Amino acid sequence: MVLGGGDVIRFQNVGVRYGLGPEILHDVSLRLEEGSFHFLTGASGAGKSSLLRLMYLANQPSRGLISLFGHDIATTPRRDLPSLRRQVGVVFQDFRLIDHLTAMENVALPLRVAGASEEQVREHVPELLNWVGLSDQIDARPSTLSGGQKQRVAIARAIIARPKLLLADEPTGNVDDHIAIRLMHLFEELNKIGTTVVVATHNKALVTGFAHPRLHLANGELSVLKAGAPFAENEDEADAEGLR
Amino acid sequence: MRSAPVLPLTRDASSRFLPWLIAFMVWLAAMALAAVLVLSSFSNQWRNDLTGTLTVQIATAPDGQLATTERRLNRALDILRKSPGVKTAKPVPLKKISELLAPWLGRDVVTETLGLPIPRLIDVKVHPEANIDVAALWERLNKEVDGTQVDDHGAWLDKLIALAGAVEAIALAVLALISIAAIATVVFATRTSLTIHRDVIELLHVIGAKDAYVADQFHWHALNLGLKGGLAGVFLATATLLGLGSMWTGVESSLLPPVSLNIWQWACVFAVALAAAGISTVTARVTVLRALGRMP
Ligand SMILES: Nc1ncnc2c1ncn2[C@@H]1O[C@H](COP(=O)(O)OP(=O)(O)OP(=O)(O)O)[C@@H](O)[C@H]1O
Ligand SMILES: [Mg+2]
Repeated sequence: MVLGGGDVIRFQNVGVRYGLGPEILHDVSLRLEEGSFHFLTGASGAGKSSLLRLMYLANQPSRGLISLFGHDIATTPRRDLPSLRRQVGVVFQDFRLIDHLTAMENVALPLRVAGASEEQVREHVPELLNWVGLSDQIDARPSTLSGGQKQRVAIARAIIARPKLLLADEPTGNVDDHIAIRLMHLFEELNKIGTTVVVATHNKALVTGFAHPRLHLANGELSVLKAGAPFAENEDEADAEGLR
Repeated sequence: MRSAPVLPLTRDASSRFLPWLIAFMVWLAAMALAAVLVLSSFSNQWRNDLTGTLTVQIATAPDGQLATTERRLNRALDILRKSPGVKTAKPVPLKKISELLAPWLGRDVVTETLGLPIPRLIDVKVHPEANIDVAALWERLNKEVDGTQVDDHGAWLDKLIALAGAVEAIALAVLALISIAAIATVVFATRTSLTIHRDVIELLHVIGAKDAYVADQFHWHALNLGLKGGLAGVFLATATLLGLGSMWTGVESSLLPPVSLNIWQWACVFAVALAAAGISTVTARVTVLRALGRMP
């Protein structure tokens, strides 16, 4: 079933719970238009990663409707999901690099999975690794890389296959501010050529430094704040309450 | 340079022990299969040799005269040849009977001239479909020639074939149990591998790998392990069978019928290796696809 033409992703009254635990997200409704750029904020444990997991189809909601690129996920046949997933690039909060593969092979993975030729891999992967400043680490294994280097490999892997939707979970958590800003510029470049971007972050400076609207999670509810909207006085406290 | 496999399955512990387990199971299965093949060819041979035949024994004439016995023999032959369902009835030549008795009585003793009271035998071939009533035939013969016995070999042949059949059934059951054990072993080994590589598999899933992409890797790995184990097992089984075969021919006795597997039977034994590789491959693939099917 095809819904809402221009929306990359659409949530209607989505609720999430893990097992028999409490509901982590209640009645989340949102639309991300094609070519939009959003931050996703909220205290630790607010459910940012959980929301992103729904977007990259790693989890199913316990209720509500999700559509990705116009496909209602609940009614899309399971065999059609891989091709939807291939259009989503994900930077995981914990990187999830494969330890026994080199940086080059890790980044090449989405291309391989999609059946790209060895030529394409050889052409594009070193170029992108060069771009994120890792040309010297092409053959390095993740265990020998620093946190920030791993993060950049993870980012390269997320964007190598030119996804239509890029979901980045704390992509700047382990890097210096100037690298964080450089990576943000990279995301903006991709956004300019049409990629829809969602960046989950704790970093207030980053959110205030770039003029993008913000999805904010608190107490399991999602609110959408315009670009430049100030942080609420009690935002951290409210989040802290949510944690208790 | 060939790139490293995404799933390093060859490094799993199961890659080391599974071929040996499979080799052992293939050896057992091949031995059971060989037993089935040998026994079923025995049964067939016995059945062919002995069904459709009767042996009629004519007692020596009371007067002990060879000529009288000969007359009784001819009388019986006459009756037999006129009985419906009888194909041929031939007297076993005295010479042959002497040979049969030689081990007990000595070659020199058993001669026509000595005139020992030797019973005469008639080999009767009957039409298998005729379903001859042996008891009725017996009665009819005895009316004319008393002391005649009819042996249709039925009793001991039936027992022997039943025994062979039972052993064959047990061997088939062993074969089935080994197959089930092999499937269970591969299922557990595959599940263990799935658990070991869960993170990578989840990652592949999330970046859009089709189930078949992951299943293929397990598929080829399992085929490789299955073939290795299967060939090793068949090699051991061949060595064992050849050894047993030479011991068998070493036993100098006509008690044991000669055994040898024909080319098709050897092919069946070798096919156990392929069956093992097939079971291993299909089981691994099905196990992986079922596990992946539970992912969203
Ligand atoms: N697999 C899971 N099973 C059970 N509970 C989970 C699971 N994943 C997350 N949770 C719970 O869901 C809540 C939200 O977690 P989530 O990881 O989405 O938060 P987050 O906003 O990403 O936090 P952080 O900023 O620390 O990354 C937490 O209370 C967490 O304990
Ligand atoms: Mg998180």
